[in-house]
Amino acid sequence: MTGSESIGIILGQAQKVAAEAEVFQMRTEETPVRFETNRLKQVMSRQGVVTALRLVKDGRTGFATISGQDGAGEIVAMALETAPFGAPAKFTLPARMEYTGVEVLDPGVEKVSVEEMMGLGQGLIDRLKAHTPEIVCEGAVAKVVAEVRLVNSRGGAVSFRKSLFVLSMEGMVTRDTDMLFVGDSEASCRPIRDNETVARSIIDQLEHARRRASVSSGRLPVIFTPRCVAGALMMPLSMGFNGKIVMQGASPLGKKLGEKVFSDQFSLYEDATIPFAARSRPCDDEGVPSQRNVLIDRGVVGCFLYDLQTAALAGTRSTGNGSRATGGLPVTQPSSLVIGEGKTSFEDMVKDMREGLIVEELMGAEQGNVLGGDFSGNVLLGYKVEGGEIAGRVKDTMVSGNIYEALRDIVAVGQRSRWVGGMLKTPPLYLPRLSVVSKG
Amino acid sequence: MRQEMEEALRGNNADYLDLRIEKRNTSHVVYRGKEMEDIGRAGSQGGSVRALVKGGWGFVSFDDLSRLRDKVKLAIAQARMAGNEKSQIATLPPAVHLFDGDGGAGYRAVPLARKKALVEEYNQLLWSVPRIQTSNIGYGDVYKRVVFANSEGSYIEQERTDFVLRLAAIARDGADVQQAHLSVGSLGNFNAVTGLHRQVKEMAERAVQLLSAPKVTGGEFPVVLDPVLGGVFTHEAFGHLSESDFVYENDAVREIMVLGKKFGQPHLNIVDGAAVPGLRGSYKYDDEGVPATKSYLIRDGILVGRLHSRETAAKMGESPTGNARALDYHFPPIVRMTNTFIEPGKVSFQDMVGEIKEGIYARNWYGGTTSMEMFTFSAGEAYMIRNGKIAEMVRPVVLTGNVFTTLGLIDAIGNDLDMNQGGGCGKGAQSPLPVSNGSPHIRISRCLVGGR
Repeated sequence: MTGSESIGIILGQAQKVAAEAEVFQMRTEETPVRFETNRLKQVMSRQGVVTALRLVKDGRTGFATISGQDGAGEIVAMALETAPFGAPAKFTLPARMEYTGVEVLDPGVEKVSVEEMMGLGQGLIDRLKAHTPEIVCEGAVAKVVAEVRLVNSRGGAVSFRKSLFVLSMEGMVTRDTDMLFVGDSEASCRPIRDNETVARSIIDQLEHARRRASVSSGRLPVIFTPRCVAGALMMPLSMGFNGKIVMQGASPLGKKLGEKVFSDQFSLYEDATIPFAARSRPCDDEGVPSQRNVLIDRGVVGCFLYDLQTAALAGTRSTGNGSRATGGLPVTQPSSLVIGEGKTSFEDMVKDMREGLIVEELMGAEQGNVLGGDFSGNVLLGYKVEGGEIAGRVKDTMVSGNIYEALRDIVAVGQRSRWVGGMLKTPPLYLPRLSVVSKG
Repeated sequence: MRQEMEEALRGNNADYLDLRIEKRNTSHVVYRGKEMEDIGRAGSQGGSVRALVKGGWGFVSFDDLSRLRDKVKLAIAQARMAGNEKSQIATLPPAVHLFDGDGGAGYRAVPLARKKALVEEYNQLLWSVPRIQTSNIGYGDVYKRVVFANSEGSYIEQERTDFVLRLAAIARDGADVQQAHLSVGSLGNFNAVTGLHRQVKEMAERAVQLLSAPKVTGGEFPVVLDPVLGGVFTHEAFGHLSESDFVYENDAVREIMVLGKKFGQPHLNIVDGAAVPGLRGSYKYDDEGVPATKSYLIRDGILVGRLHSRETAAKMGESPTGNARALDYHFPPIVRMTNTFIEPGKVSFQDMVGEIKEGIYARNWYGGTTSMEMFTFSAGEAYMIRNGKIAEMVRPVVLTGNVFTTLGLIDAIGNDLDMNQGGGCGKGAQSPLPVSNGSPHIRISRCLVGGR
């Protein structure tokens, strides 16, 4: 039985017992090759199909998922069992609609051979070893092809294929008990043909960390590199703009729509329509067409993000952010996030600091009171700036602050942005003085 | 299924093969705020094959259980592409073990209506506390049956049931948002997540109290950890470092982690073991068919052991410990912790705190992570210690340190070991894996605490 037949049958069975129904199916084929200790360790192949059924019975939502081919009969019974306890269904499933083409499939990805993937990863490792012979690398090259199908009882139907290619590498340099961790990754719907971007980034990290430096405790200016912006700031920001959290009254931004909350140098977009970006898609997991959402326009809060049910509860429209990544009912999640570029070069930011820090990776930043915007983490990779120059790597250092305060008083936004792991495109951010505690 | 599995593994040209077939049922109930957000059930079935050829691994996972032999062939072809040395895995006598549990009767005995009613009860209780802005509660359970067979003649059937409940209360004052958490879990016992009414109410009250609590000024302090946080510290600061897949092929790390090295004072004993019964990290056989053990990692302050898969054990010339675990059939097993804890000492909590002039008493789990050398973990609850007494509540703190020095700075170990069952461990993409960790109250003489 092909996929389109099976979801049609499930929809038909569900419609016999429920007022509304929606069947979502995702089929994935993933081929990762893994490297350990500087060499190829494992070649993998993963095939899977997940089918999710959401139905509305007596005004309440029922839900079930199955993995694998079997159980079309079972899934309707399972979803029906949950419906009497389910939340009141406020959403309206989208009827048949036109989807503008968002480019997310490059047939070239499927054609990349395992040998080419092995070569790409090993080439990167060899290049890093040529720079730092004692480096021990671990990483992966993966290609994924996914096929999404969605049908609902209002006649809505969509299906699309998407490709994804990922290159990620981490290196570790050990001297006595001192461990240095470097790394980067790249992801796209198109094949990655060379290791240049990732190699350049990791080699820069190795160069900057070559010397050691000690930093004073106190309040110091701090530059977050794009990787650090992704690691430390995106989770609290995503939560702040999540329509559900706003509706619950738990977002510090909740009542600030249209108000200037951030520095006028700071703009943030959520955009699932960028051609070939790893998180792009023609529509979200509920069939709502993708759009570009302006979250922050020069410091002013522009909108919040919604899935269908949350939007209905909040009396607004879905922004195309229904996601099934949790395995349960759709919840609000951003696709790609993009921070607008500013006017300052990275070099000028560094030159501006008498004593300060550049943070590449802040470990544990997501562990604090994320909802309130607090972050506090160990500088796993970061460099001291002294007299406008990078002096060396700092260790045993914690940086703490609050994202809402830091992004309000932002000093400068970098003029060149880059993608981090396919989820965020951002320039470096020059933040005001943050609390730095260091053992020196 | 046994015959089909053994048939698929027979007569192939590989150094080692194994096959896992898994069937799982799950249910979940999620409340956000006053309303229920999600209730649902899921079922899945699938399998995976692992092949070892000349030191290289192939791995194939699938949802479609037909034509197992083709999948074995694909895994072998992949392994052959990766292999270029001699395969090494620890030798092991073949084991046969058949299902001996309740067949999921305990899991099915709790109807969905009961689960929903429990979560609703807790949510109402939480909302009865004045000034609560909102709440998040997630309940989830899993019943799974896993059948394992390998090319050496092992055939192992196992089943398990997991229950997990996580609650958060959120209080708000203007732009200031504070939260308090509670996580509990159990291997097989639904009653472990019932009857928590007093704790749930206290959690909600704590979220409100945090609004008026001051922030700590960052710096180095003596810190006393409660058993929950002590367990997270043990897991993050030391446990991950003892996972041999990080050590076995890295000469520099092997040197640091050489057995016999002093890591702590003589009162420090750290154990990991799935053979410790009845905890969320407990099982009879790991996902490579190796019997579970209880292993001392640190004994009398000295590094004496580490956690192994069959491959890491063979390559390091040590005995396998039964610590190779896979999240589910989509993943190959990797070296993981199970139940990790610091053994109890003799110091009373009063004596531990009594000797501190200015310090921090950190309680309750919020999160933790490690880079091996450096670790951070965060407390859900914290108090200043002043002149030997627990003083005012402060905002939750993040603690950090260097594992190689911090273990040696544990200068008091309490007599009150307790295990935390509410956590899950992430490594690679495999998260959350059920584990437990624990500790008595412990004191670290100096620890870096973040703050303004």
